[in-house]
Amino acid sequence: MTSSAAVVRLEHVSKRYGPEGGPEAVSDLSLEIPAGEICVLVGPSGCGKTTTMKMINRLIEPTSGRITIDGEDVMALPAVELRRRIGYVIQQVGLFPHLTVAENVAVVPRLLRWPESRVHERTNELLDLVRLQPSTYADRYPAALSGGERQRVGVARALAADPPLMLMDEPFGAVDPILRDRLQNEFLRLQAQVRKTIVFVTHDVDEAIKMADRIAILQRGGILAQYDTPDSILKAPASEFVAHFVGADRGLKRLSLGRVRDLELGKPITARVGEPRGDLRRRLEEAAADFILLLDEKDRPLGWIDRGDLGGDDAVTVDDATPGSPTLEPESTLRDALSVMLGSSVQLGVVVDSDERVLGVISVDAISEVLRTPTSRPA
Amino acid sequence: MIEGQPFFQLDWVLDHLDTLAQRIGEHLLVTVIAVVVGFVISFALALLVRRYPRLYPPILAVSGVLYAIPSIALFVLFIPITGLSLLTAEIALVSYTLVILVRNIVTGLRGVPAEVIEAARGMGYTDGQRLWRIELPIALPIIVAGVRIATVTTIGLVTIATLIGMGGLGYLVVNIGVRQRFPTATITGVVIVVLLSTIVDVGLQAFQRRLTPWAKAREA
Repeated sequence: MTSSAAVVRLEHVSKRYGPEGGPEAVSDLSLEIPAGEICVLVGPSGCGKTTTMKMINRLIEPTSGRITIDGEDVMALPAVELRRRIGYVIQQVGLFPHLTVAENVAVVPRLLRWPESRVHERTNELLDLVRLQPSTYADRYPAALSGGERQRVGVARALAADPPLMLMDEPFGAVDPILRDRLQNEFLRLQAQVRKTIVFVTHDVDEAIKMADRIAILQRGGILAQYDTPDSILKAPASEFVAHFVGADRGLKRLSLGRVRDLELGKPITARVGEPRGDLRRRLEEAAADFILLLDEKDRPLGWIDRGDLGGDDAVTVDDATPGSPTLEPESTLRDALSVMLGSSVQLGVVVDSDERVLGVISVDAISEVLRTPTSRPA
Repeated sequence: MIEGQPFFQLDWVLDHLDTLAQRIGEHLLVTVIAVVVGFVISFALALLVRRYPRLYPPILAVSGVLYAIPSIALFVLFIPITGLSLLTAEIALVSYTLVILVRNIVTGLRGVPAEVIEAARGMGYTDGQRLWRIELPIALPIIVAGVRIATVTTIGLVTIATLIGMGGLGYLVVNIGVRQRFPTATITGVVIVVLLSTIVDVGLQAFQRRLTPWAKAREA
C-alpha cells in the first residue's frame, strides 16, 4: 500500500474561549510531531488535549499561534479541503447509520470525486486491511455491526483517502477493556504497515504508554508538562505533576515497554526423561543450581525438578517434575514475564519459541537490571 | 331520512361511480396542494431553525395558535378577503399542516446523533453536503411520519371545506347526505374518506421503509 506521512508542527499555539484576558484552554503550546509516529496527547480532563487535536483540522480555530502540516499552514486552505486530507476517528465512531459499511468507508474518496472504480477498489482494500471480509461486511448497515466491528470501520473510513495524518480522539474509549486491548494491538499492527503520522488523544495513561512513540502530557490550562518517549517519561518524569499523573507504579509500567526478546536469555540446567537421577544431581552440583528443567524428546519443557527430590538413582519420569508455570514467548512484555515468575516456585521464566521448544530462561534479577539501566524502546 | 326509504342503497352507489371518482379526485387534489405547500413552507422554517435555533419557540407558538383555531372559523375568517375560493380553503388547510410538519422536521434534524455530525464535519463535508447527504436522510423516518399525520389530518379537514364550496367528498356527506336527508351518500362519503386516509397512510409508510432500508437493520 502506498503511504506517506506528514510532519506536524504546533508553534506557540493558544486557544481562549472567553474574552481577551480570560483563561486559556491551550496555552503557548509548541510541539513537533515527526512523520510516521504516534503522538499521544494525554492529561486530566480540562487539560486541552482534545482542543489541541481539533485545532489541527480546524474544528476549533486557534486564538494565536501557527499549525503547519508538512510546512503548510493549516489556515492556508479552506477548512473543508484541509479536513478531507486528514483522517479523523472519534470515540463514538460516528458511522453514518443510513450508509452501508462500504459507503461509509467511501465517504472521503467520494467527496474528493475519485472515479467509482477506484473508490470500489480502495474500499475493499481497506476492509481487508482492518480484517473485515468485504464480501460479508460491505453491504451491511452499521446497526448490524458489533462495537469492535464499528470501530474498525471507523478506522478504515479515516484511512480511505490515504491521508498523511490521522487524528484519533479516544478511539478505543467506548469499548470494554478486553476488546480495547485487542483493538489497540490491531491498530499497532496496522500502523506498522501504513506508518501514518497519528495524533492520538486519551485520558488513559496506560493506553498512552502502549500506543505512543511520543507522549505529550498536558496539564490544566493546556500547558505542556512533558513531551518525550514513553520510556523517558517513566524513567525521568519532568515534574511532580508528571510523576503523579503517570502513577507511583511507573517502574512497573516501564516493564510493559520491554519485551522478553530484549533480554539476554540464560541457559537452564536441563535433563531428559529417563536419565538417571545421579547424573542430574551431579549436573546441579557442578552448576551450583537448585532446580533442573525436564524436557521431552522435542525440547519442550515438562517442568522443574527440585534438587531435594532427586534421591536414589532410578530414571526420572514426567511425574517428578512440578508442572511449570505458563511459558513466555519472546514477544511477551517484561511485565507479564515478571508476573509469571512471581507465581513460579523457581523464580525463573522459561522462554519458548513458536514450536514450544525451550529457548532459554530469564530471571527476576535480569528484569530488575532492566529497571536500573535505561533501555531504549524496542521498535 | 325520507320515510320508507332503505337506510343504505347500494344501487345509488353503483349508479354514481363516476361522480364518486370525480369527488375523490377533487378531494385528493385539495389535499395534495395543502400538504405540498405546507411542506415547502415548513421545510424552509425548519432550515431557519437549524441555523437560528432561537427562532424555534416563536415559530412553534405561531403555528400552534393557527392549529388551535377551529377550522370553520378559519375558513369564515378568510372569506371576506379571498372569497369562496380554493385559495381560502388552502390557506386554512396549509395553516394546519405547519405545526405538525415543522415540529417533525426539526425533531428529525435534531435527532441526528452529535457524533455523526462531528464525524461529518471532521471528514470535510460542507454544511450543505452535510444537510442533504447526512442529516436529512437520517431524519427521513421522522419527517415522513409528520407528512403522514399532516396528510391524514388534511384529508379529514377537506371534508369540511365543502362548506365553502370546495366539492370533494364533503359534498356527498353534507350537501347530499345531510341537506337532502339521504344517509346513503353520507355513509359512502365517510367510508371513502376513511379508506383514503388509511391507504395514503399505509402508502407513505411503505414509501418511507423503501427509502430507509437501514432503519430496519436497526430494529433487527
